[in-house]
Amino acid sequence: MTGILLFIWFVVTFVASFYARELNSVVILGFPLGFYMGAQGSLVVYVLIIWYYARYMNKLDQEYGVHEGEDD
Amino acid sequence: MNSELADRLRRYYLAYTGGFVALIALLALLERHGMPPRWIGYAFLFFTIMIYAAIGIMSRTANVSEYYVAGRRVPAVFNGMATGADWMSAASFIGLAGTLYLSGYQGLAYVMGWTGGYVLVALFLAPYLRKFGQYTIPDFLAARYGGNAVRLVGVFAAVLASFVYVVAQIYGVGLIASRFVGLQFEIGIFLGLAGILVCSFLGGMRAVTWTQVAQYVILIIAYIAPVTLLSMKVTSVPVPQLVYGEVLEKVRVLETQIFHLPAEEDARRRYQQRADAYAGRIERLPASLVEEKQQLSAAINERKLDANASMREVLALERQRRELPATPEAARAKWGEAKQAALERAAVPSHHAEAFPGASEEQRNAARINFLTLVFCLMVGTAALPHILVRYYTTPSVREARKSVFWSLLFILALYLTAPAYAVFAKYEIYLHLVNSEIARLPGWIAAWGKLGLVSIEDINGDGLLQLAELTLNPDVIVLATPEIAGLPYVVSGLVAAGALAAALSTADGLLLTITGALSHDVYYKVIRPQATTQWRLVISKSLLLVVAVMAAMVAAQKPATILSMVAWAFSIAGASFFPALVLGIFWRRANKPGAIAGMLAGLAMTLYYMLRVQFDNIPWLGLHGIGMEPWLEVQSTSAGVWGVPVGFVVIVVVSLLTAPPPPQTQALVERLRYPVG
Repeated sequence: MTGILLFIWFVVTFVASFYARELNSVVILGFPLGFYMGAQGSLVVYVLIIWYYARYMNKLDQEYGVHEGEDD
Repeated sequence: MNSELADRLRRYYLAYTGGFVALIALLALLERHGMPPRWIGYAFLFFTIMIYAAIGIMSRTANVSEYYVAGRRVPAVFNGMATGADWMSAASFIGLAGTLYLSGYQGLAYVMGWTGGYVLVALFLAPYLRKFGQYTIPDFLAARYGGNAVRLVGVFAAVLASFVYVVAQIYGVGLIASRFVGLQFEIGIFLGLAGILVCSFLGGMRAVTWTQVAQYVILIIAYIAPVTLLSMKVTSVPVPQLVYGEVLEKVRVLETQIFHLPAEEDARRRYQQRADAYAGRIERLPASLVEEKQQLSAAINERKLDANASMREVLALERQRRELPATPEAARAKWGEAKQAALERAAVPSHHAEAFPGASEEQRNAARINFLTLVFCLMVGTAALPHILVRYYTTPSVREARKSVFWSLLFILALYLTAPAYAVFAKYEIYLHLVNSEIARLPGWIAAWGKLGLVSIEDINGDGLLQLAELTLNPDVIVLATPEIAGLPYVVSGLVAAGALAAALSTADGLLLTITGALSHDVYYKVIRPQATTQWRLVISKSLLLVVAVMAAMVAAQKPATILSMVAWAFSIAGASFFPALVLGIFWRRANKPGAIAGMLAGLAMTLYYMLRVQFDNIPWLGLHGIGMEPWLEVQSTSAGVWGVPVGFVVIVVVSLLTAPPPPQTQALVERLRYPVG
């Protein structure tokens, strides 16, 4: 799971910026796409990754019975 | 009990936010009735610092766990806010939009790097560190690898990175105080310092956490309000993040018009000539320096003999002669800088949204490499900055730590999604209203910021109009000056100043705590005097706080570099020294003590070496023996970590494999840490 999320992170960060020049020729709502990815697109993906990971891991913890509410 | 606490906190902070909004409304009203701007600035800075002080005093503490980790009772949402404030420093608040303004797409490296790093924090570090449950990051290293040597290396790196970072914050505070309260820069620094100390001195992490939540509220309102107003003004839609694409398009049209105006081209040509003249002079050193002096002396003598020449002219010439560099080396450095400045003004500006601009394919590739390496360094640095990681010790459980990373990033995004919009709107206003206006009738903010040396204009072609090439803006003024640039009421400027102050103070608080925590807890208590009493440890910690804070203020008073580059160095340092050791410590059982020590030192040394040598190269050839070096693959000194991090990883792996494996109980510990599985 961590691997997949990390892969998505890598793609939206490094692959998207590497090809920013090419992406910039696509324009949506006035935003060139490459610029948009750096300014907003990638950031939204980051939040989603973290949100999904927290949910997934917390569920996993509960399944294995290691959820420790207040352990100290 | 926890939800009750969260409820109460929510009520408190809602009331507080309401009170703050009411304060803004009141001041806006007073401004309309003729309250002088100066008083509005005072009111904002005074009230907000009072609030922080009140919170700091209310949550004062003498309990060790409260002092270092806020009693581990901070709910995820509030920890997220506090992390947000801790995170968003003067660099994010003041520097970011300015850098985006000046370098357009290239500036997005900061936006991506500073947010994407949280993915690494969430996936690799925060939950595991929380599970470990220590007080500081060097604590974790010592427990994982065993022994005090690794702890001390950790302390050294933590202190170094945090210190560079805290200097940048205090510099920001000085900037605000000198512009909005009219104090001298140096005095402003020490005033800000008092504000920082009130919070962290009495209550440690507990006070800092609750102050930071309060500061987050102020800084985010202050950041979003002016852009929203601008967005209303320009597009009549109050959601700048969504509509600035349209404005970006307008900026592009303006850029195309302005860049190729004959007057612009003429101004750029003149700067090019000036740069060439400096280059010629540097080439003919030392003879050119002597010539220069003789010419000035001759001119002075001539004027002295001439009865019609004014005294003022003579004095000006004499001052010029006095200010001539004393030695050929000094002349080389000074003229080199002047040449560089002229060259920058002579260059054809690039379009805002253009990725990796450059005249040639090579330049474009260099820009691309720098963009990617900077993103990398900032991300790794984010995941390794002790003052951020330590925040995840304050949550009640591992689950809360994971959720807390999510909230942190969400709160941080509120600012980071707005920063690029801020830059675009500011650019639009400047291109539309300022460029090509008469120099004699420029608005007042130019003179006010010019006094601090952050804005300069020069009518090089003597046409009485301001060409774009004739205007130099320091990136650090864009956010603070935008309300004035756009002609918004002064109350907005005051609000922005209060927000910037909140951002700088909150980060400085967190950093100072990290530094003193590392020194008092890790060095004094764990290494020098393990039998020290609790009381005594806190006394030591508090006095160290004072000493470090004053030292940082003294360095900041020298104005060493722009806020953003100081911060980027701190990230490279932290990333290269901590990231490999932390990640391998959690995920690789076989990593051992010699490996960790060697790896951290090697990563740190590599980064510092590259940073210093490349940075020295920018001061043209100071060293006769060529201390400066050509950057490898055109990577700038701010991204030095890109070499340090891999070196750190490789050295840890190689040295660990060459030496004995860690003891079985350590391996079992690592196993427990990662249970169930990731």
